[in-house]
Amino acid sequence: MAFQVPVATSRSSTGIPTSRLAVWWVLASEIVIFGGLLMSYLLFRLLHTSWGYEAAHTNPYAGGFNTFVLLTSSLFVVLAHQAAEVGDTKRSFRYIWYTIAGGGVFMLVKAYEYTSEIMHGYTMLKSVFWSFYYTATGLHGFHVLCGMVIMGIIAQDVKKGKNLHRVEAIGIYWHFVDVVWIFLFPLLYIAK
Amino acid sequence: MSEAHTHHEMSFWEKYVFSTDHKIIGFQYMFTGLFMALIGGFFVYVFRMQLAFPGIDVPGFGHVSELAYNSLVTNHGTIMIFWFAMPVLIAAFGNFLIPLMIGADDMVFPRINRLSYQIFLLSALVLIASFFVPNGGFGGSWTAYPPLSAEAQYNATPLGAPMWVIAVGLEFVAFLLGGINFITTLMNARAPGMKMYDIPIVLWMIVIASILFMCSVGPLLAGAIMLLFDQLIGTGFYNPAHGGDPLLWQHLFWFFGHPEVYVVLLPAMGIVAEIMAVFARKKLFGYKTILYSVFATGILSFVVWAHHQFIAGIDPRMANLFTVTTLIISVPIAELCFVYIATLYGASITFSTPMLWALAFMAEFLIGGVTGIFLGASGLDVYYHDTYFVVAHFHYTFVPIAIIGFYAGITYWFPKMFGRMLNEYWGKVHFWGTIIPFNFIFIPLFILGAAGQHRRISGYVHFPDLYTQDLQNLRIIATVSLIAMLAFQVVFIVNMVYSWFRGKKAEINPWKANTLEWTVPSPPPHGNFAEFPTVYRGPYEYSHPDREVDYWPQNEPGPDPAKSRK
Amino acid sequence: MSEAAEHHDDHSPGRYVKIWVILLVLLAVSIIGPTLGIKWLTLITAFGIALVKAGMVCAYFMHLNIELKYIWYLLLATLLLLLVLFTGFAPDVMKPSGQRWVSTYVEPTEEEIAVHHPEEGNEGDRIEAAPH
Ligand SMILES: [Cu+2]
Repeated sequence: MAFQVPVATSRSSTGIPTSRLAVWWVLASEIVIFGGLLMSYLLFRLLHTSWGYEAAHTNPYAGGFNTFVLLTSSLFVVLAHQAAEVGDTKRSFRYIWYTIAGGGVFMLVKAYEYTSEIMHGYTMLKSVFWSFYYTATGLHGFHVLCGMVIMGIIAQDVKKGKNLHRVEAIGIYWHFVDVVWIFLFPLLYIAK
Repeated sequence: MSEAHTHHEMSFWEKYVFSTDHKIIGFQYMFTGLFMALIGGFFVYVFRMQLAFPGIDVPGFGHVSELAYNSLVTNHGTIMIFWFAMPVLIAAFGNFLIPLMIGADDMVFPRINRLSYQIFLLSALVLIASFFVPNGGFGGSWTAYPPLSAEAQYNATPLGAPMWVIAVGLEFVAFLLGGINFITTLMNARAPGMKMYDIPIVLWMIVIASILFMCSVGPLLAGAIMLLFDQLIGTGFYNPAHGGDPLLWQHLFWFFGHPEVYVVLLPAMGIVAEIMAVFARKKLFGYKTILYSVFATGILSFVVWAHHQFIAGIDPRMANLFTVTTLIISVPIAELCFVYIATLYGASITFSTPMLWALAFMAEFLIGGVTGIFLGASGLDVYYHDTYFVVAHFHYTFVPIAIIGFYAGITYWFPKMFGRMLNEYWGKVHFWGTIIPFNFIFIPLFILGAAGQHRRISGYVHFPDLYTQDLQNLRIIATVSLIAMLAFQVVFIVNMVYSWFRGKKAEINPWKANTLEWTVPSPPPHGNFAEFPTVYRGPYEYSHPDREVDYWPQNEPGPDPAKSRK
Repeated sequence: MSEAAEHHDDHSPGRYVKIWVILLVLLAVSIIGPTLGIKWLTLITAFGIALVKAGMVCAYFMHLNIELKYIWYLLLATLLLLLVLFTGFAPDVMKPSGQRWVSTYVEPTEEEIAVHHPEEGNEGDRIEAAPH
């Protein structure tokens, strides 16, 4: 079925393009999802003195490296957006794939961390700290994966010069995933 | 643009199942919601029969075991809130009305809209499937407090409980997607000239409800993931023995649960506002006052949640605080009711079926609101908590919201949705046949609750204090009234189906209303508008002194009386 | 539109790279900070810098600096909501004991947590075991 984009989509009563406006609302809803989880974590973290010792068994160097990876991929996606804006679809396409690669590296490091933690007995059932650790990083990792898949789809469009405005939208989402990690990192890895 | 839509012949599947048309998606939500309401209605019939006539074989169901009773009550509540009130009031009316009333051809993201419905349908299927797994559906109440919900050894439904959580979680995701669509559509896709205060109140209400939902559901979604892990993996998020806390779930649940009341209330109030202005032939009184009261209510609704937990062992200082905020929130809601009544003052009212429903909404909701004040006071709540007084109270709010609100909306927009007029006579028969039994169900429950009848008991045979003849008579009155009310819904179904195919053909604007959906054919074609409208004034210019006709469509070129009067 | 000129400036790749470099420096500080072992310094370097980093990503990468103001308000409102949530939950969830109940949960000691593998013991990055 030939899907036709409605006229409604191209209207802009607020002055903000519809796709970008929608992403902001998505982020607002994501903030409360992650926020609810992290606030619950924080309440327990401040209550339980032992969680500091638990947190000492995370790997802050792996976490720090992943922060670096995400920050860098954020740079790539903003460059992709900049390239899309000046109409350089080739460069935009390339940068989107750099971003996806960044997400891939992030997931690999995360997988390495999970493996070594589980091998050492720090599983999800070890204590509620670890339950939160796996739930929060897992939920975040799920968002990284979703972002990668969506970017892969958008990259195909960009190559053909279609839907360039979507690069900005996915970029904003990707930065948000980055920002969540910026908070997860000290909450789970550094505060001991 | 209309020609682009006509020359592509669509198959049945494209047109009705995988459609991206907002009207079809609205109908999908509506009929799915109504189907779920039938299930919820059947459940209440079964457990009310058990309460009135303990131990009998309920016709159509059989013997009601304790496990089955718990499951029936739980899923009655869950279905009526999440799979009937929300899809019908927000999703069905929101989808149908938003693009039509703002003069757009569709939602801004039609395919996300379709995805939203598909996830919703999946969630409904998961819930229905959970009734048929070993040990049946979840029975730990719709609030799903741990440890009852978290551990299979307590709830006895090792499969039903996680399936319930998954179903509710999927439903949340569906409404998040739908809500984002609603919000962006209203914000960005309005017809030229339609400014903030030209938007019909019902759209404001639906969109504010979507925003409230979006802001409150996030923490519960996270909490649901945690609950699912507690159930399936055995983590201890809500288990105090592992350093978790069951109160955390209660807080997360009610942080969402209280705003949820307004999520369903606001669309119903919006529908009522539209109907009142049209059938009173008067300008809606205090458009901006209504709007600001709703903003205030929305903000306040986030700081009252712990009034549901007064006897759960929460900090008594916090209980004081939440009593105060709860009493404060009744102020803007009471104000809204007064403003609505002011619209009726001195009007020549047409008592059509939709108007009857709208007036009944006001009257019945008032009882629900006033009885809520008893429960909002933490001292009184110690006695009333978990009695049938609470049950009667929230049914006096939710039945007006979900059932009366839906009937008001469907009888009002039926001509636009289906292109035919509903039969007025049978509409009124159905109205009285619903409203009278409704009061006879729940007034006895108030009395029972005040007499101390606890909610979560499947039969009172073993409680001599509660198993007196007087109290049992009240239970029988409630059950018989319920059966009468359910029976009268057949009148509506027959009327609707008959009118849909055989009813009088509806004109474009049978009620002489101002809003934009009444400027397109009934039913509206794919793409809605042959020519996109421009808006010149607000939606409630009825009986304007300068005009010969008593209405003034929003799209009719001419002056804006709101400006010229100043 | 005066915004347009600013918009243009913001979009030069060089500027993004500059912000990225600042972010990396901040990241380095937030990793080095805790190794000094001073509790309040850890909190500042970890969470203070996280706030600055998040703010910079929001402002310059997400372009909130040139977005309409109410998007800021929207996002800040959700954060405020989280604050309300925290304050409302804290008196109950952070309560270790009450008048008519005791918690059976016993906080494990540092040794109990780290019993699994001997090599866990000599991590250099662990800072003081500060009791609350
Ligand atoms: Cu409430």
